[in-house]
Amino acid sequence: MADTPDYSWPSMESRKAMGKSIKRLDGPVKSTGRAKYTSDLRPRDMLYAVYVHSPHAHARVTGVDTSDAEKSAGVKAVHVTAPAGTEVQYQGWEIAAVAATTEQAARVAAGRIRVEYEVLPHLVKDDDLSKATGRTKQGGEKVVGDPDETFKNAEVVSEGQYGIPIANHCCLEPHGAVIQWQGDKVYAWPSTQDVTTWATQLSPNIKVDATNIKVKMDYIGGGFGSKFGPDAWGETAARLSQKAGGRPVKLFLERDAELMIAGNRPPAYGKIRIAGKKDGTITGWQSDTWSTGNMPLPYIIDQIPNMRIKHDTVSINSGPSRAWRAPNNQQLSYLTCSALEDFAAKIAMDPIEVFKKAVEYAPKARVELYKYQLDKAAELTDWKNQWKPRGSGSGTVRRGLGLGISAWGGAGHNSNCRTTINPDGSVLVEIGTQDLGTGTRTIITQVAAESLGLPMGKVKLVIGSNDLPPDAASGGSSTVGGVTVSTRRSSVNALAKLFEAAAPALSAQPADLEAVDGHIRVKGSPNKSMTWETACKKIGPGKISEMGSFNRRQPAPGMNDQGVGGVQIADVSVDTETGLVKINHYTAVQDCGLIVNPRLAESQIYGAIIMGISTALYEERFFDQQTGKYLNADMEFYKLAGIGDIGDIKVHLDIRPENDKRGVIGLGEPPAVAICAAIGNAVTNAIGIRVPHIPMTPSHVLDALEGRIA
Amino acid sequence: MSSKKDPQLPAERKGRFSRRGFIRGVGIGGGALGAGLLEKEATAAPPAGGVVGPGAIPITLNINGKPVNVSVEPAVTLSDALRDYLDMTGSKRVCDRGTCGACTVIMNGKSVYSCTVLAIDAQGKNIETIEGLGGPDKMHPVSQAFWNNDAQQCGYCTPGFVMACKGFLDEHPNPSPEDVKHGLGGNLCRCGTYMGVRKAVLEAAAAMKGAKKNG
Repeated sequence: MADTPDYSWPSMESRKAMGKSIKRLDGPVKSTGRAKYTSDLRPRDMLYAVYVHSPHAHARVTGVDTSDAEKSAGVKAVHVTAPAGTEVQYQGWEIAAVAATTEQAARVAAGRIRVEYEVLPHLVKDDDLSKATGRTKQGGEKVVGDPDETFKNAEVVSEGQYGIPIANHCCLEPHGAVIQWQGDKVYAWPSTQDVTTWATQLSPNIKVDATNIKVKMDYIGGGFGSKFGPDAWGETAARLSQKAGGRPVKLFLERDAELMIAGNRPPAYGKIRIAGKKDGTITGWQSDTWSTGNMPLPYIIDQIPNMRIKHDTVSINSGPSRAWRAPNNQQLSYLTCSALEDFAAKIAMDPIEVFKKAVEYAPKARVELYKYQLDKAAELTDWKNQWKPRGSGSGTVRRGLGLGISAWGGAGHNSNCRTTINPDGSVLVEIGTQDLGTGTRTIITQVAAESLGLPMGKVKLVIGSNDLPPDAASGGSSTVGGVTVSTRRSSVNALAKLFEAAAPALSAQPADLEAVDGHIRVKGSPNKSMTWETACKKIGPGKISEMGSFNRRQPAPGMNDQGVGGVQIADVSVDTETGLVKINHYTAVQDCGLIVNPRLAESQIYGAIIMGISTALYEERFFDQQTGKYLNADMEFYKLAGIGDIGDIKVHLDIRPENDKRGVIGLGEPPAVAICAAIGNAVTNAIGIRVPHIPMTPSHVLDALEGRIA
Repeated sequence: MSSKKDPQLPAERKGRFSRRGFIRGVGIGGGALGAGLLEKEATAAPPAGGVVGPGAIPITLNINGKPVNVSVEPAVTLSDALRDYLDMTGSKRVCDRGTCGACTVIMNGKSVYSCTVLAIDAQGKNIETIEGLGGPDKMHPVSQAFWNNDAQQCGYCTPGFVMACKGFLDEHPNPSPEDVKHGLGGNLCRCGTYMGVRKAVLEAAAAMKGAKKNG
């Protein structure tokens, strides 16, 4: 047997497909509207399902009468998901669903379902702990060193209040699925970030063996961490299909429900005090925070010698929390970087210098990286000349600069790939993964083409089904690190078999062959060569089909890695009369590993920043405290940033040999972290006082300017 | 064109379907319309003939230059008619109330949100959908520019953006970067592809002018 093949990446200079800014492979079908998303599907005899949701934030269901709905025209199935006795915990809770021959018929029938409730007291306000009596859970206190003594003797103590509210994912394609349950088989077309394990999550709920649940998805219209499992609607659609005699059922949330129940990023609020010296050295940290989830502070600079950290959790009557592109890191970055900026202002020091001192408390491996990135970001923004001390501007419109820092893992997930080479020269690559729009299709094909010495067009890729070699959920920026390694390994393994088949005809040993530019040739003797097709004819009957895997428990040094840092700077203008904040420039310095496709990597960073600008400036849920109702569960008043709202964005992606040697690291989440921090600090720098709560809307800015903050 | 003479037209159609008729026929109004207005319009509506629904009725839409017969309930929007009845799923249903632009089509030369137009009201109008532009093998310059500039990620907003861009460039063939920020302000993207879209619109503008010169 030959030794383990050499899977290591080709050198940066020699790459032909990897490292190139190849246009995304699914661009043509997406740009022409031909890509079929799950919500576009209409299998034969499909029924349309519509949910009835709870209008109350907290209530007990006392009765559900579906008799009129069942008699309604076109109705084929009715399913009650919250029978009498159910305690509804938030507005939008699913009560019942109707499947009918048209969506309109289903809507009419849903309107005929009568639900009775006993309304219970609710809590929908998350930003005021004093109103949350009986709803809080104390998380205990973590003490490091001697915080009390440190604060008592500190040269300087700064303190501030900061808050970042719940944000809704608002995926453009809502959550949902098309499902057909026929006999003992279930065919599911979900909108999911996890094609491979979706079926195993649905299986126990509907008591159908996972092997009998076939899952397929070609395109997904956004997930951002909110679309992993089958959710309630997966099961509901399946049961409606079964009740309707096995007709496929399409159940997608309407927009209001999508905002209410299908994605809530946890909030974070609290008070932070920093003790330090006038030279910018931080000596102590004290934080007292709350959220609906855990918020381990301080962020990144967690080696401060003296700390007192207290955190409470509060339960509110609002849709369940879901992971959001770099879960909790935005909140933690905002709280930590805001406190750092306030400390810098208190000692009248340039925040770049204060941050450089603060990152001494970051994990050792990242300290120098952050210092380098802070300098780089300062250089790119001409910080030395552009930054002015807090509040030193005058006039109605004032400009400010602000900083934020980030950290993320991005390790690859478990992945299996099969590469098949046919005697006619065609190549098939198969992985049970999904392309969220990050460019997964494109980068897998790049790796296969690179490994096989073929042009991109020679590689056919199939993804998006649980019949394929298993991959894992696309979360945590883990996809690229997993699929690139499994694809590389399966392709190198398949190529080794092709070398065995072709070697005799070239009078060479398989180990002496290489695949370059569509040819199999003898290393060092380019004249001893045959075309790819000729070599493939030597495969004879049958075909070559080889697997390749990546397993997290067996690291692949040099192939993939984890752990990146980033520094971002916002440059904003604030109109002190209207409170309006405008982004002038936004600059990101992003650490990375081996970049498979710079164009797609940059798109990820732009996208992360734009999503961050949206949450930092616009996105805010409004509730009527009396009724507990979500007033703006729509896209008119739950505002997303538009094309004119984002300023000019500059990305410095740190592609260099030292980073390339680390191997592939996920990049979808790291740049999404620091935006609220950078923009919050820039606004504060511009107007001279802290606007404590994200988003930096005119209302919040004017409240701060006019001293309306408690 | 006279739709009455179209031999493909179903016999039941009297050519009198209107929003008023719809409202009266269905007996319920959209939340945005005041009850007083509904009352007045219903009174003003012609007696027989204008009353349709609530069940499906046959209509004819002129889509991408061809008459298309379809039977839809009067409450069905143009967007849903395209998606659920005609398999033209380029128009996406996202906000479903005229905010996000994902359902943009061009009607009588103007970009419209097809979720705010009832299918029955779109009769007699020239409707252009993204399916009428070139497919992946022969892309329209706008689609091509979106691909060239990576102006899509998940791609769900992309067809609406492409149509809004075409509608915008049809009226403003020579836009400045500032014009683009205003002209395409009616479409929302959640993945954050605006940097690519900005470049794509300008590139498409240049390409379309080039195409005109050459052609």
